[in-house]
Amino acid sequence: MRIARRALAALLLPAPAFAQASARVVVIGGGFGGATAARSLARAGIATTLVEANPTYTACPFSNAVIAGLRPMEAQRFGYDALRAEGVSVVHQRATGVDATAKRVILADGTVLPFDRALVSPGIELRFDALPGYDEAASRAMPHAWQAGAQTELLAAQLAAMPDGGTVIMAVPPNPYRCPPGPYERASLIAHFLKSRKPRSKLLVLDAKDVFSKQRLFEAAWAALYPGLLEYVPLAMGGRVTEVDAKARRVTTDFGSHEGAVVNVIPPQRAGAIAQAAGLADRSGWCPVDPSSFESRLVPGVHVIGDAIIAGAMPKSAFAAHAQARVAVAAMVAMLRGAPVPAARLLNTCYSLVAPGYGISVAGVYRPANGVLADIPGAGGTSPLDAPASVREAEAHYAEDWFATITADAFA
Amino acid sequence: MRALALALLLMAAPAFSQEAPLGASTCLGCHSPVRADAAIPSLRGRDAAEVAAAMREFREGTRPATLMDRLAKGFTEAETQAIAAWITR
Ligand SMILES: Cc1cc2nc3c(=O)[nH]c(=O)nc-3n(C[C@H](O)[C@H](O)[C@H](O)COP(=O)(O)OP(=O)(O)OC[C@H]3O[C@@H](n4cnc5c(N)ncnc54)[C@H](O)[C@@H]3O)c2cc1C
Ligand code: HEC
Repeated sequence: MRIARRALAALLLPAPAFAQASARVVVIGGGFGGATAARSLARAGIATTLVEANPTYTACPFSNAVIAGLRPMEAQRFGYDALRAEGVSVVHQRATGVDATAKRVILADGTVLPFDRALVSPGIELRFDALPGYDEAASRAMPHAWQAGAQTELLAAQLAAMPDGGTVIMAVPPNPYRCPPGPYERASLIAHFLKSRKPRSKLLVLDAKDVFSKQRLFEAAWAALYPGLLEYVPLAMGGRVTEVDAKARRVTTDFGSHEGAVVNVIPPQRAGAIAQAAGLADRSGWCPVDPSSFESRLVPGVHVIGDAIIAGAMPKSAFAAHAQARVAVAAMVAMLRGAPVPAARLLNTCYSLVAPGYGISVAGVYRPANGVLADIPGAGGTSPLDAPASVREAEAHYAEDWFATITADAFA
Repeated sequence: MRALALALLLMAAPAFSQEAPLGASTCLGCHSPVRADAAIPSLRGRDAAEVAAAMREFREGTRPATLMDRLAKGFTEAETQAIAAWITR
């Protein structure tokens, strides 16, 4: 009865009061997850503010092709004008805190943005405290190139400048980290670069684990395309890097030490700094969320998506961040109108290039089960091991098509 | 008060009458409804029965595929039909 009278009163309110009452969402992070979410929220009629530190986004997918000299850096860059044109208020600032009780986001310059619900897609923070010798200064001598931009260009330049006959070293971290097949795609394309431009050189891949994504497909391709050039050392054979010396470009493993002409260190990671500051991350460094709504399990009213979350079987990929954005927005819209959260079903596909015109993929279909996202048995899996060259070529082509579509959906 | 006004406002918005069925929104990560030059075809404006039939063939492994056979197996026939109706609209 009281509710009904209130509803009636609401209906009778003059228009400007309605405008003031329009739902407000603040999105932090304008990468694959955040840009997609901000746009979907605006399209759903929600007053949306996107807080993104950088005026230009630099995409990681296909940045391994840039490193290998196969693609211009320009093809990785995207702006926010299209989001602005759709009514998203884009603020190029760093968010420094989320006050979930007062429902507001705090920016570096002190600006306060009130919200009804918030969504955080901050990506990763590289841990410069995890591998002895590898801090931010060391990354200028031994690039990680795991956040695309200046680091990507630095690694590309080092490879272009190195003498033929030198050794390139890659250090690959234990799970979990951004883009599970990414290091192996990078190893493949660096091997392709060396084979065609500096054929007396070698690539040494030192891995802190024994099993990895699309392993049989990668290893078959390496044996066929890069024999004697690419040497892969798993954990069991002493692949774990325990210390680095940036000045000497030397890495130490359980079994010995190696010096490289170029050293690419991919360090351990955790959820982006704002996730730690806002209390969204647990002791693992990553953010636990409800797998249907992507609402934080630690901070009610705040949703988290993308690389930052603990997603169960779903990998940390641009595809996943984009898919989670759409599902999280549907949940947020339902919650804002007091409706039940819709059931969730998500897809992922990660393409990798092992050489130009040679693509492979891994796919999965996921649903919430036991509080996390679980694989649907029987669905998903990798490209066949015995596919003909025409299928590899088609997949390389589809990979580029996917990138064009997902970046258009998020940014264009 | 605010919450109620909000709820009423949101319910009035037409966008919500066309909610994506289970799983459908993530098909758009590859099948762009707007890119004209795409290699992976747009499904907008296609015949829904045809799309559902293609998905059934992918699921059963009778239609050539590099990828769709692996994705189609994650959906039942009823789920596929709901997606096909939404994605072709
Ligand atoms: C070499 C490489 C290759 C890859 N290849 C693929 C691929 O082929 N396919 C694929 O699907 N994925 C790939 N990935 C993974 C993909 O890049 C990530 O999974 C994806 O970017 C995650 O999206 P996100 O929204 O979680 O984070 P991000 O895309 O990293 O976006 C986070 C954004 O938030 C901003 N931000 C963070 N904190 C703040 C703050 N406090 N205030 C304001 N702004 C903030 C950042 O500036 C950034 O723009 C690859 C990754 C790498 C490194
Ligand atoms: C990662 C990219 C990707 C995603 C995600 C994806 N598709 Fe596809 N789709 C493809 C590719 C590639 C083809 C071409 C067939 C092949 O090689 O598997 C295709 C083909 C199709 C076709 C046949 C089109 C034709 O004209 O022959 C249909 C129908 C289809 N997909 C439906 C869907 C639906 C429905 C979804 C969501 C459940 C979906 N796809 C998700 C990549 C994708």
